[in-house]
Amino acid sequence: MRSIVTVSLVSCLTAGALPAAAQAPAAPGAEAPQLVRAAVLRVDKPALPPISRLEVAPEDLGFAGARLAIEDNDTTGRFMGQDFEAVEVTATPETASAELDAILGQDIRFVVLLADEATTLALADQAGDRALIFNAAARGDALRGADCRANLIHTAPSHAMLADGLAQFLMWKRWPRWLLVHGSHPEDIALADAYRRAAAKFGAQIVEERVFEDTGGARRTDSGHVQVQQQLPVFTQRAPDYDIMVTADEHGVFADWMPYHTWDARLVAGSAGLVPRSWHPALEAWGATQFQNRFEKLNVRPIREEDYQAWVALRMVGEAATQTRSADPDTLKQFMLSEDFQVAGFKGQKLTLRDWDHQLRQPILLTTGLVTTSVSPQDQYLHQVTALDTLGIDRPESACKF
Amino acid sequence: MKHALAILLLTTAATPALAAKVYVSNEKGNDVTVIDGDTFEVLGTYPVGNRPRGITISPDGKELYVCASDDDLVRVFDPETMQELHTLPSGPDPELFVLHPSGNPLYIANEDDNLVTVVDTQTHKMLAEIPVGVEPEGMGVSPDGKVVINTSETTNMAHFIDAETFQITANVLVDSRPRFAQFSDDGSKLFVSAEIGGTVTVIDPATQEITKVIDFDIPGVLPEAIQPVGVRVTADGKKVFVALGPANRVAVIDGETLEVTDYILVGQRVWQLAFTPDQKHLYTTNGNSNDVTVIDVATNTALKSIPVGQQPWGVVVAPQ
Repeated sequence: MRSIVTVSLVSCLTAGALPAAAQAPAAPGAEAPQLVRAAVLRVDKPALPPISRLEVAPEDLGFAGARLAIEDNDTTGRFMGQDFEAVEVTATPETASAELDAILGQDIRFVVLLADEATTLALADQAGDRALIFNAAARGDALRGADCRANLIHTAPSHAMLADGLAQFLMWKRWPRWLLVHGSHPEDIALADAYRRAAAKFGAQIVEERVFEDTGGARRTDSGHVQVQQQLPVFTQRAPDYDIMVTADEHGVFADWMPYHTWDARLVAGSAGLVPRSWHPALEAWGATQFQNRFEKLNVRPIREEDYQAWVALRMVGEAATQTRSADPDTLKQFMLSEDFQVAGFKGQKLTLRDWDHQLRQPILLTTGLVTTSVSPQDQYLHQVTALDTLGIDRPESACKF
Repeated sequence: MKHALAILLLTTAATPALAAKVYVSNEKGNDVTVIDGDTFEVLGTYPVGNRPRGITISPDGKELYVCASDDDLVRVFDPETMQELHTLPSGPDPELFVLHPSGNPLYIANEDDNLVTVVDTQTHKMLAEIPVGVEPEGMGVSPDGKVVINTSETTNMAHFIDAETFQITANVLVDSRPRFAQFSDDGSKLFVSAEIGGTVTVIDPATQEITKVIDFDIPGVLPEAIQPVGVRVTADGKKVFVALGPANRVAVIDGETLEVTDYILVGQRVWQLAFTPDQKHLYTTNGNSNDVTVIDVATNTALKSIPVGQQPWGVVVAPQ
């Protein structure tokens, strides 16, 4: 950092007032700052490397976003007399429960969780009244529906939101005939359900469904382009006429190979090609450039969705502390779940919580590799409350009961 | 046109008065478009460095200042020739700035570094760096030159800064993403726009108390699209103009009752505003339609749209 430069102009001004004093925070009185504590718990499951080495998960996945949020919160906190911290914990599915206990044992009441659905649900139940859990990774609709929990807030978008975001764009393009290809994992099947639901909701037609089995360690894609070039055209041939292939591949088994390997000359969307996401490092609109710059300066890599989702979670805590001028966890929780709560997330509009399932409302970016191709909701889809509620499970459809 | 006639009469009476030249920074075009304020013709387009955003001019009209955000510099141009005179240190990523009413110093918001940098326009030296909230952007200065306002977009505050000691004297929480701060000419009101909050907060600068939060409601426009950015107040304090971003409109507010009286349809994603010196016209930068709109201040009507460069961001009109 550059040091403060003081020159002539200053010396001729009011004596005693040095510009360096501008560093001092305008905290109320000389009291110790209010401390707001949180934890980020990431539960890593052993997994095969992704299809592309460009997608290898960084060591600091999720934590990097949390660190930026703490920096942002602390900068504001200097003016409010508030200080923020987040401990970072990694666990395996086996150790997650003990790690959560250790976190709760430190009397930390806000936990950002990056885990799969089953672990998220188990840890939310384990925490109970003792902590508010922010789900910054799991996207399953069940977690927001029949399995919803009152102490769980979702900053990760749901499968339904992602599918609806893509569906709106495909319908705007007049590409209503989809060939749905999904993987064989439970998450793939759940995501395929979300696409079926989106098709029905927006008037698309799934002309045929195919399942790409994950055959384990010897998955067909392991042999790289040589085998893929032979096998995927065969896998996709003799399909009824379709406009676009929609892929549901939550484990990265096949979708990235699909573009250019389909039998017919068709575009691919979903888990590859045109991908619905919560965030993308190429977004520039709505002040996102500054956000990307700050993230990259701090973490020396482009941002991932998990980082954004963890960042939003801790910014929610920070925003609640700023607005309520409080560090009391109950006060913050109450405010976050109230109608008055909103947070800015560089997506062009305020982000708020759905009171029926605690899902964060947010626009869905539709990205193609290097650029943000579109952002849903599309203007043509209207809603009586907010256009964001055209994405995902709306109040009357929700199966969630707290 | 009546206005052109009036100017003609003025110019014949006065000394070689220049036509009011309008300078528009084009964020993606890396240039400035210069417009003749009488004929509404584009006079030329000049390169000004990378990612030009904030733009202002010295009170004597001799120096044009441009925040070249990606060059981490303020570039200073001769407004007549558009030749670069020199540069000023600005701190990283300068976005928007405000010039002290005396013409010196320049207070610059460094968006990426949570700082306001103070630069002497005569000696070209940096005087101070003032730590503020996250993503400082809006910069305002009181008419008496004693108070500088900075708004921080992620911290959601208007910081009151003593213009001489560079101390922060007060922080006022406003709505989400405060973009711009503008005093009324009599110094009695401070207007702060909040882009995501969708509001303009009116603050009494004497007490730093919020006197009113102004909401906007446009039939047929989604509330999310109403994103207030640039604010300008007429010299008599009777009208306040607010650029509403992707709502593609400029709101007109009664400066006394603080009620919205009108919406003027302009180009797409309208951000910044500038009056001509006679305050007959208001120019708006429309970032997504790559044009500026000229508004007739007396009648609240859009007179003309003028194509400029890529993604026009800021606008300033030369004094006369």
